[in-house]
Amino acid sequence: MMHSKSIVELGAGLQTGEFSSVELTRHFLQRIERLDKDLNALISTTPEQALAEAESADQAIKAGQAGPLTGIPIVQKDIFCTRGVKTSCGSKMLDNFISPYDATVVEKLKHAGVVSLGKANMDEFAMGSSNETSFYGPVHNPWDKGRVPGGSSGGSATAVAARLAVAATGTDTGGSIRQPAAFCGITGLKPTYGRISRFGMIAFASSLDQAGPMTRDAADAALMLQAMAGFDPKDSTCANQPVPDYSATLSDPLEGLKIGLPREYFGEGLDPAVAASVEAAIDHYKRLGAEVIDISLPNSGLAVPTYYVVAPAECSSNLSRFDGVRFGYRCQQPKDLEDLYKRSRGEGFGAEVKRRIMIGTYALSAGYYDAYYLKAQKTRHLISDDFKQAFKTVDVIMGPTTPTPAFGLGEKVNDPVTMYLNDIYTIATNLAGLPGVSIPVEPVNGLPVGLQIIGNYFTEAKLLNVAHRFQQETEWHRLTPELESVASD
Amino acid sequence: MSLDHSDVKKIAHLARMALDESQVDAYAEDLSKILGLVEQLEAAETHAIEPMSHPLHMAQRLRVDEVTEEDCRDENQAIAPSVVNGLYLVPKVIE
Repeated sequence: MMHSKSIVELGAGLQTGEFSSVELTRHFLQRIERLDKDLNALISTTPEQALAEAESADQAIKAGQAGPLTGIPIVQKDIFCTRGVKTSCGSKMLDNFISPYDATVVEKLKHAGVVSLGKANMDEFAMGSSNETSFYGPVHNPWDKGRVPGGSSGGSATAVAARLAVAATGTDTGGSIRQPAAFCGITGLKPTYGRISRFGMIAFASSLDQAGPMTRDAADAALMLQAMAGFDPKDSTCANQPVPDYSATLSDPLEGLKIGLPREYFGEGLDPAVAASVEAAIDHYKRLGAEVIDISLPNSGLAVPTYYVVAPAECSSNLSRFDGVRFGYRCQQPKDLEDLYKRSRGEGFGAEVKRRIMIGTYALSAGYYDAYYLKAQKTRHLISDDFKQAFKTVDVIMGPTTPTPAFGLGEKVNDPVTMYLNDIYTIATNLAGLPGVSIPVEPVNGLPVGLQIIGNYFTEAKLLNVAHRFQQETEWHRLTPELESVASD
Repeated sequence: MSLDHSDVKKIAHLARMALDESQVDAYAEDLSKILGLVEQLEAAETHAIEPMSHPLHMAQRLRVDEVTEEDCRDENQAIAPSVVNGLYLVPKVIE
């Protein structure tokens, strides 16, 4: 079964001629056709383009010019601009938007030879933790279709978990790669802020947004990150730092690794079954020679409230570009320019996006700036300093990715604040700009659980090494949801 | 901080965003809850703390002032709602 293999395994099969990229691509396109009706993981599929890319990949393989990603079928989160292909960002506002250019991430992955099967569903403008705010309808968790896949990269996570694609791209502003990875039982890496170019990635909160890979395992994440990372003059906040060989250090021993466990991540609100699963994984690390140290991140409680000032403020500014004038949705028969702006935005944006634009507008408005935005920038500093302090004594920080496994569709969608608290363990790393990865540990009642591993700036290689060593000895990342009663292939 | 009907209408106007009159009260309730969450920040002591605007405390990079972009006007305007002779059309602004 080709779809159950990882990038590393498929790469070997392509090299030896066991199957071609065209065959592989057809196989995944058929799976999407058959299974995505019930999952809704993709907003659009691009079969013709995919098969053309697969043919070029097969030629490159024959010519001996293949890299590790050549001919590998992936999906792109629909937040990345793809030339000539609809790029909706999960919104009615961009339902008619055919991007005139490629995002740097898309360009780099094309250059690495991947085959793009289509565009993954997501929360509208990446604002959500359940994929229920998408204009294209919710995504269903492949482990239990009555539950959410997480968000905002819920389509990407579902596509990888349901084996509709080998890997996917995601973006993470407050947990949007790690939380859906945890809910769907896959590996999701949010790199250091600035590690990957944001050019062509539709902006939500520019000081927090970061792209990253969503894959079956850490070895695959290393290959994807290798292709995605690097300096880009088109993104003024992209870091000019060397990109190490992420695959080279995957199997390094972990003897003497110092793991910090923040007591704030194991307190009230954490499901005891999730805690037990995460603690069992940490015990495994002890057996691999790691040392566990209790630490404190005393300002953790400020992370969610800080985020809900900083992110909406930046979003209200970024989303002002959607005005019905140059691209995207325009209302019918505007009576004047103000009416054109107001109705195009009022009709084009969904409720959650409107809430965040209004919170941000309010926080930045005259008389309130100091009380909200300036205050939040200061508490952001406190949160960041907590991590700085912690990384003086530990190499990585571990804890649960989410307080519970995936919740039910419709369960939290009417209560924004309850929904926001779901990101309680992931938001602080975005505020600090640190990298974090979520990997599957022992499920609870058949639902995946994620272990979050947070590292210091630009230590993605270490995070992938720590994740990979666990995955070499455990099987949790190989579990696959049962989607077909009769195996047809 | 609790927002009422008229606060929400004012904020929506600042954001140039039309709201259905029937939904304004629901937004007022939701936004007030979110501000209730945000107000937890008041308790934090931040007197001597510098505001943080960039995660890596990086300075803005400068570049040489040279033309690097090609002219993509036709491609960019092909996806615009309304264009005539290379100009974006909107309702008349000046009488």
